[in-house]
Amino acid sequence: MRVVFLALVFFPTVLFAAEIPLAQRRSGYEFMGRETRAMQDDDTTNPGMLWVLDGEALWNRKDGAGGLACAGCHGDARTSMKGVAARYPAFNSKLGRPINLNQRINACRSERQKAAPLAYESRDLLAITAYVTRQSRGVPIEIAIDERTKPFFDAGRDTFNRRQGQLNLACTQCHDDNWGKKLAGSTISQAHPTGYPIYRLEWQGLGSLQRRLRNCFIGVRAEPYPYGAQEFVNLELYLMWRARGMVLETPAVRP
Amino acid sequence: MVRVVVNLPAAAKRGEIIEIKTLAAHPMETGFRSTQLGEPIPRDIISLFVCTYNGEEIFRAELHPAIAANPLIAFTTVASESGRIEFKWTGDNGYVATQSAAITVV
Repeated sequence: MRVVFLALVFFPTVLFAAEIPLAQRRSGYEFMGRETRAMQDDDTTNPGMLWVLDGEALWNRKDGAGGLACAGCHGDARTSMKGVAARYPAFNSKLGRPINLNQRINACRSERQKAAPLAYESRDLLAITAYVTRQSRGVPIEIAIDERTKPFFDAGRDTFNRRQGQLNLACTQCHDDNWGKKLAGSTISQAHPTGYPIYRLEWQGLGSLQRRLRNCFIGVRAEPYPYGAQEFVNLELYLMWRARGMVLETPAVRP
Repeated sequence: MVRVVVNLPAAAKRGEIIEIKTLAAHPMETGFRSTQLGEPIPRDIISLFVCTYNGEEIFRAELHPAIAANPLIAFTTVASESGRIEFKWTGDNGYVATQSAAITVV
């Protein structure tokens, strides 16, 4: 009797942080309904393409005191940016830490273009990010963890596996252990960041992975980190590694 | 930035039914919401969409609050003659967007 009692007490506190086997991983796309998939598949109905087109215009527009456009250094994004987004977040040796694509774009703006950084979630930053990432559509995610990124990667993985918030839930409990089941009316996905920035129907607009992560933090009643926090970048690094080999779909549509 | 996208076949057979898809970047603010401080957010929507085929109106839609942001409007028409198909969206705060596409009917 005592054994049963102890088992009941301790069983729920044990975390089964088993990672999903590589062959069983599925993009959020596969959990969507037929109509939402069709919306994403056709560039003329995918509202994310409105941002991509804006991003293309921004890519070619001279900006800042440097009088440079992105195209001034990088030329045609269709060749120069192909596969780039599949490698982010990437280690920045000057800063000594991994940075995501938003931060890379803003670093380029301040160092090369001598322009003011774009605000997180601003239309322009989302547009350039979407345009750059769009060039990697169909490219497998390729995140290599080395001794420089290892501490940040480990911190990200810890965040993913740590219970937090008033609901005392870890990311892994939904997205590793219970994917495919229902959370209210929605199917729990595996949380692979394959399509960011995404057009989320709930948002009626485009948003970054950090915006989506903040939604989950608020969902478990935890206080979200501010935009650009290193904790978020570390978590992004872990999530991208977790989705390694899966292809990018940007701009994805999600419910 | 006013941004619209239209998609239709560049060429069609006479009498063929073609599908036209249009997408307009617009927040479609309903006018029923308020800020966290209680200030009402004024309505800002596209209220009218008109499509003309060689000057003749072939499709018209009146939009109202509760239409989603970035409205996607898709419809069909019969390809009758070569020419231009023109699109015009008008809305609150002087919003006007136009786009046109050529079609060759053989």
